[in-house]
Order: sequence, then structure tokens, then C-alpha cells
Amino acid sequence: MKLQEIVETIDGRVISNGNCRDKVFEAAFASDLMSDVLTLKNDDLVLITGLATLQTIRTAEMADINCIIFVRNKKVSPEMVQLAAESGIDLIECRYSMFRTSGLLFQSGLNPVY
Amino acid sequence: MYFEYEIEGGNFSKAGTASSEVKKKLRQLNVDLKIVKCVVVALYEAEVNVVAHAYRGKMKIEIDEEKILLILEDEGPGIPDIDRAMEEGYSTASAAVREMGFGAGMGLPNIKKNVDRLNISSEVGKGTRVEMITYLNKGGTHEKS
Ligand SMILES: Nc1ncnc2c1ncn2[C@@H]1O[C@H](COP(=O)(O)OP(=O)(O)O)[C@@H](O)[C@H]1O
Ligand SMILES: [Mg+2]
Repeated sequence: MKLQEIVETIDGRVISNGNCRDKVFEAAFASDLMSDVLTLKNDDLVLITGLATLQTIRTAEMADINCIIFVRNKKVSPEMVQLAAESGIDLIECRYSMFRTSGLLFQSGLNPVY
Repeated sequence: MYFEYEIEGGNFSKAGTASSEVKKKLRQLNVDLKIVKCVVVALYEAEVNVVAHAYRGKMKIEIDEEKILLILEDEGPGIPDIDRAMEEGYSTASAAVREMGFGAGMGLPNIKKNVDRLNISSEVGKGTRVEMITYLNKGGTHEKS
């Protein structure tokens, strides 16, 4: 799935520069636990999370994750946007719950990790 | 090649800055991307441990043709029982650490999976030293099963 399809599917809002516009995302993983995310070996992963902190961006940077969806209407800070931009990570804000967001994306063809 | 970075205990807004610098360096050196990912994941969990559990620390990186040597030394409470600390799920992390998405006791076990050698020594009341080695030129995938 491409960034634009993801955004439309979850009625989200891109709050970064859309670096990954042309990237094809294969799978997604939903977690608020960053240690969990750091165990994954997948490439081209979308992270779905309710944890909106600088450490979320750092975790994505280390795990080579290029797209993060913040669910439950969590707001991204300017510092997070700045850090994400440095690593070419796109950020999406979404007002749905983690369950609903995951369900919609799963239904649209994004694969689970496990 | 040798690099050194300071780590501030308790400062979560800065946690990861040192690991991020190392990641840039390894990329510049054209280290295999799979190896880079394993190394920086291990390094980042180790850096977060210093921020989460210790007062201050240093990250030392030495790279040569054969291997990447990563050392984290901190001044802190130390680890009384290292075998216990290595167990998945064992954690003494504070609520503040858990709010940052860590503190599930998965850091050290995951570090072990992502490097070729892991050596931890610690003195209670003084501090902890975590030494990791990853060999380059292994060919093929890096991760141990
Ligand atoms: N640098 C350190 N200084 C003191 N204690 C540490 C350090 N690193 C790890 N520990 C101890 O080992 C435990 C397990 O570490 P880890 O597996 O990374 O899990 P977590 O950090 O999520 O608690 C920690 O909860 C802590 O008690
Ligand atoms: Mg830890």
C-alpha cells in the first residue's frame, strides 16, 4: 500500500513532508511498546501506535521504519516532526482507535507481521 | 576508527542521539544494511538502559576491518544479578520508563540476539559495563537464531 492509500483508508492526516510518497508498504505492526518494535526484522513496515513521544521516532529510525500512524487522536509535537524529517520518516495522525485503524488497514491488504 | 559519546541518565528526550550518530557513521562506511540495523537496535536498547537505569555513561565505538566493538560504561546502581537481568520480562524500570515505551524487560535479551558477543560486568553501587561485538564480512544474514 502507498502512503496516500493508507491515509485515505484510515481518514488520517499526514503531518510530515510525504517523503515516502512512492514507497510500497507491505506490512504493519501495532504496539505501544517500543522494545517490541525493536525485535522486528521486517522491511517496509508501517508502525501503528498510541505512543507519541520522541522515543517513538527514535525507535522507527533504528528499526528502519519509514511510516508511523499515531492513533487515538494523539498529537505529534514539532520536535517529533523535526526528528522524523531528519530520518525521512512520514507521520500520520488518526482519530480512530488502534483496533479500528489496524482492522481497516488489514482489510485493505496490509499484511500482519505474525 | 574510534568514536565516543556521552549519555545523560534520566534524560529521555536525548535518549538515542548517540545511537543515531553511530548509525550515520556505519552508513557512511557502507556497512551492510542488515548489520547496521542489528547493531543500532542493540546499541539503542543499551543506550536506553543507561538513560533509564543509570546516572551517566559513555558509549565507545571501535570499528576495524573485522568487527564493530561497542562499549557502554555507566555510573549507576549496577546490576546485582546479571543472569536474572538477562531473563525476558525481568525489569525494575520505573513508571516513567514504561511511559516511554520501554521497561518490559526485553532490552537485554534483544541485545543478545542482535550481536555476536555480549559481555556484561557490573558492580553494585558503582556501575555497569556492557560490551558487544559484531563481526563484519560474515556473508549472508547476520541474525543468530
Ligand atoms: N545499565 C544498567 N544499569 C543498571 N541496571 C540495569 C542496566 N541495564 C539493565 N539493568 C537492569 O536489568 C533489567 C533488565 O533490563 P532490560 O532487559 O533492558 O529491560 P528494561 O530496561 O526494559 O527493564 C533492568 O530492569 C534493570 O534492572
Ligand atoms: Mg532496557
